[in-house]
Amino acid sequence: MAINLKELAKKEELFTPGHRLCAGCGTAVLMRQVMLAVEGPVVISMATSCPFVSTATYPYTSWKVPWIHSAFENAPATISGVEAAYKALRKKGKVTQDIKFISMAGDGGTYDIGFQALSGAIERGHRFLHICYNNEAYMNTGIQRSGATPLGAHTTTSPAGKLIPGKREFRKDLTAIIAAHDAPYVAQTTPFHWRDLMTKVQKALAVDGPSFINVLTSCHRGWRSDIKNDMQILRLAVDTCYWPLYEVENGKWKLNYKVRNKLPVIEWIKPQGRFAHLLKEENQPIVAKIQQKIDENWEKLLAKCSAD
Amino acid sequence: MARLAALTGNNAAAEAIRQIKPDVFAAYPITPQTELAEEVAQFVADGILDTEYIPVESEHSSMSVCIGASLAGARAMTATASCGLAYMWELLPTTASLRSPVVMVVVNRAFNAPLNIHCSHDDSMGARDSGWVQLYSENAQEMYDNLIQAVKIAEDETIRLPVMVCMDGFIISHAVERLLLLEDEKVKNFLGEFKPVHSLLEVNNPVTIGACALPDYYTEHKKQHSEALRRSLDKIMEVANEYAKISGRSYSLFESYQLADAEYGIVIVNSAAGVTRTVVDKLRKEGVKAGLLKIRVYRPFPAAQIVQALKNLKVVAVLERTDSFGGVGSPVFTDISAAFMEAQTKEKPLMVNYIYGLGGRDVGLKDIGKVYANLQVINQKGKIEKSFAYLQARE
Repeated sequence: MAINLKELAKKEELFTPGHRLCAGCGTAVLMRQVMLAVEGPVVISMATSCPFVSTATYPYTSWKVPWIHSAFENAPATISGVEAAYKALRKKGKVTQDIKFISMAGDGGTYDIGFQALSGAIERGHRFLHICYNNEAYMNTGIQRSGATPLGAHTTTSPAGKLIPGKREFRKDLTAIIAAHDAPYVAQTTPFHWRDLMTKVQKALAVDGPSFINVLTSCHRGWRSDIKNDMQILRLAVDTCYWPLYEVENGKWKLNYKVRNKLPVIEWIKPQGRFAHLLKEENQPIVAKIQQKIDENWEKLLAKCSAD
Repeated sequence: MARLAALTGNNAAAEAIRQIKPDVFAAYPITPQTELAEEVAQFVADGILDTEYIPVESEHSSMSVCIGASLAGARAMTATASCGLAYMWELLPTTASLRSPVVMVVVNRAFNAPLNIHCSHDDSMGARDSGWVQLYSENAQEMYDNLIQAVKIAEDETIRLPVMVCMDGFIISHAVERLLLLEDEKVKNFLGEFKPVHSLLEVNNPVTIGACALPDYYTEHKKQHSEALRRSLDKIMEVANEYAKISGRSYSLFESYQLADAEYGIVIVNSAAGVTRTVVDKLRKEGVKAGLLKIRVYRPFPAAQIVQALKNLKVVAVLERTDSFGGVGSPVFTDISAAFMEAQTKEKPLMVNYIYGLGGRDVGLKDIGKVYANLQVINQKGKIEKSFAYLQARE
């Protein structure tokens, strides 16, 4: 189980190169990390998204594991069907191997249009891991707002205009919402924290029930960031406490990385063009509002983690 | 020995499902299908049926579960009605083009608005172009027989397409009828086991299913699907003939009743065929050459066979429990009209299209009697004055 670079270098890549994701795509990085973390047979169900259209364009595929896509909002429902088939056929002796199940979707397919299917599949207790590659907007269709888009961000459907300075609402706290389903394992992470991410994938796949990992990942097209800074930006998300690394294991909240030198949120905002308008003088109250929310949430999280 | 039973349409479908033994059954309750979803759940709870019963949170998920299960090599079934079918609509063409042999009971119910829980054929007729095989059932016996045959058609390696089996909401789903059931063992032997061509659970032979196909390949995927649906017509008959051997009940693509020498015909779908048959008998006694064509297989559409069956009639009325708003006529009328155009027969009947029985409005002997009377008037005049009308409607 230990994540060791030397050992990882020897592992077969189940998510293979040659796909059509953008150079520098954060999601491509996390896909590779997830597939390197997986041990043993796995079946994947993926929602319509950038990685879908870019990794499985007929007659090519980047996947060396069984893989299915059928629609945008139903990746968890589809994998629950595969898992149900597994249970039925295993009982009848038609399948003998231990197989793990993963559904994957972006923030659209998880926070918004896919939320119902995810909530239902978790409540029904299927044994599967849902991974959200969360780049905080609908990037596949050209940067539209989602329920994961943060306050103030410019997207094409929450544009920063002369009157309105970007998205007017806070994002929803989906990780906590899924934790409230009492799934045995819930966590959030980023691909910059690769060891954390891979450990979490292994922990999630080991539980006997549903699990969920919310991965904040970069999209330089949508974030209007410089590719070479993207991993550092993800690091800043954690160091500003905008995206704390934590897990909820059987109801027990645990902080995986205690930020000792908490940076102001402006450090996370500055390198991203989607927030450029927030640097203007008149928009400082918005930055203050974001900072206040982060501070409150961080205190709440610390309380949850120490209470347990 | 076959078992004589008194069951509702929903009971009959549940009984067929018990004997079909799906590996996975996923359903969301909706009137008038609810009793069927409940009954299957009870079978599982009582240990009578060994099935993974997935009580999904919506119909969108019931079909998604069936897609996943079916492509993982399981026999997967579901049931729905009306708004439920509409809610899973996105996945209907997906299921079919993924060549996922899911079998679904559709208990026909009207679409909103106004909300109505009773029978219209809006739901399944609206889904006619989704690439599924569609079988229609006049009564509980036919629902039972069609459902068993549907599984064999769907899972055939040369077909691999989903099948919808429809019956009228309440009129059939909730009315108790006498019917004959097969022995469990006979159904088991008739169906055999589902043998998928590929399976998501064959982890040593991984497949990518549901890839994205751009303009360079999309057309070929659709063409293969289209061809499979067309050739399923022969398979449907082959399965019907095999089924006749074990059940003693013969099915065809459609039922022709007193049609061979008929002058006046009604084409109808599902339960109202019963009352129409009674009117045909009455008219025949009076010397009127009335006949009936009852659709069983609507997709693929048996165009050539229907043309053959209708071409020598004088006047035909296509009666439908749904409207194709703003279209030439309702779905079956449009298909039969196109079939005559395609066949280019010299002989063809005059044809009218009447909408009846919407939202469960009862259709009686008088209503059908009036239609046959109209057809005789049209024949006397030699022309159609009004080819499309709502029967039984207040003006």
